[in-house]
Amino acid sequence: MIWNPIKECMPEEQKRELQGKRLHKVVDYVYHNVPFYRHKMQEMGIEPGDIQTIDDIVKLPFTTKQDLRDNYPFGLQAAPQSEIIRIHASTGTTGNPTIVGYTRKDIDVWSECMSRCLTAYGVQRSDIFSVAYGYGLFTGGLGVHYGVENLGATVVPTSTGGTQKHAKLIKDLGVTGLACTPSYALHLAEVIEQMGIKKEDLKLRVGAFGAEPWTENMRQEIQARLGLKGYNIYGLSEIMGPCVSYECECQDGSHINEDHFYPEIINPVTLEPLERGTDGELVFTTLTKTGMPVLRYRTRDLCSLLPGDCPCGRTFVRMSAIKGRSDDMLIIRGINVFPSQVESVLLEIPECAPYYRLIVDRKDNLDILTVQVEARPDYLSEGFDTLSPITALEKKVADRLKSVLSISSVVQIKMPGSLERFEGKAKIVTDNRKLV
Amino acid sequence: MIQQLSVFMENRTGILSAVLDVLKQAKIQLYAISIADTTDYGICRIICDRPAEARKALMDAGIAAALSDVCAVELANTPGAAADMVSLFAREGLSLAYLYTFLFKEKPVMVFRTDDAAKAKQILESGGLCCFQWN
Repeated sequence: MIWNPIKECMPEEQKRELQGKRLHKVVDYVYHNVPFYRHKMQEMGIEPGDIQTIDDIVKLPFTTKQDLRDNYPFGLQAAPQSEIIRIHASTGTTGNPTIVGYTRKDIDVWSECMSRCLTAYGVQRSDIFSVAYGYGLFTGGLGVHYGVENLGATVVPTSTGGTQKHAKLIKDLGVTGLACTPSYALHLAEVIEQMGIKKEDLKLRVGAFGAEPWTENMRQEIQARLGLKGYNIYGLSEIMGPCVSYECECQDGSHINEDHFYPEIINPVTLEPLERGTDGELVFTTLTKTGMPVLRYRTRDLCSLLPGDCPCGRTFVRMSAIKGRSDDMLIIRGINVFPSQVESVLLEIPECAPYYRLIVDRKDNLDILTVQVEARPDYLSEGFDTLSPITALEKKVADRLKSVLSISSVVQIKMPGSLERFEGKAKIVTDNRKLV
Repeated sequence: MIQQLSVFMENRTGILSAVLDVLKQAKIQLYAISIADTTDYGICRIICDRPAEARKALMDAGIAAALSDVCAVELANTPGAAADMVSLFAREGLSLAYLYTFLFKEKPVMVFRTDDAAKAKQILESGGLCCFQWN
């Protein structure tokens, strides 16, 4: 099924014409409402009249996560506050999260795009759909929630945590659809098995999984254990949230809602646009957003745009699976974590030396972040004779990290001098998760 | 009270050897070693002849070491001596953080740590026990 065939199956030429018109409009809008973009464009010697077709997009400046942070909280907002009806935020590196304000129109577009995703997965009005992404500042929960409501299916706003209760509801309510991170889906499968519930007793048939990288093997395992068909969903709060792209029944890449989010692939070093089929950094321009539109936002996600048509009939271009990051961001249990965030926390703790390592593992299908940090020699050489100061320090570090990162971590205090010193580029992060 | 050297160590092959080797090079005479461990790390407590020099040697070798004053008591070399001593503390509700023993010139010495050293001394003296002295 296709939610909006007029848009999703638009002939190529017509689509490009629409994209060009919308691009001109959004550029004109930000030029007159966001000083940041006006100054950037003036510096480059361009004005809205220079942007007439979608091919003119290459003339426009890029936007980075740093630009969003520098303009915290509302610097990039184009609409007046009276038009903003919701705020979402993504994790920040050194204190400031990225704030995104949505107008009513933005929420409507989001719900529309989300409905397209869900319909592609086979969700119908008769479905009972559990949303097990976090509700709150994170876009996952509310984003999918509004899409399910817009489509007309029954939404069960489960949010995260309380896995046993969730498992019981899935069985008792006859839940047919599930949205969550793929690692949480595996954890849920495990809990369901431990509770002695058989997958034959469940009515689950559709899963929308995303917010973290996952693999074909994980998909096979989730499908086998939960008895559903799992589909990829992609999105990021800076652009909208989940709904930016979605798999169809062909499951060969994810269709991008191109009438609202225009994708480009660039070389992350030279910033040159790359051909279809070539791997590079994914860049998005929001074509219709009014709350906080962004031009050429560098996602740091590495992937390619797939050439050729999809047999499903949709003409929206497909993106490949995400193959990595062009920065050092980690995605742990669906939450963005930058090593620099961990560093800034550690540097504020006087007992800790500035030597640390991050190790990410996946145990029992849950991501585990281990932070190893050396204690300062003077901390261990003044009247120290029991291990209780060490366990107290571990707890202190873990509590501080939790408040900044919003996820728990395992902290290990190391002997002074015990972590390897690097000359040149340090290898701080070891990611042991196997995503092949 | 006597001086004890404490070294924080990770649970890793070769760490203890490295620590002891530094002390050997500094010609430190060891009287007692006690190691408490958890999964990831442990603490090595040492009684030796020149604790300040021992600590300096370790710090110079990049190994963090701490000096602390701990209680030490001389016991009779007979069955039940330890039990009698610890029962004095138990009766007074004084808890022990750690405890270990060594022999010095054929005499058993018990080293321990409590939250209240003054009270411990008072309890020992009232029980007829004397604090350990090196000479």
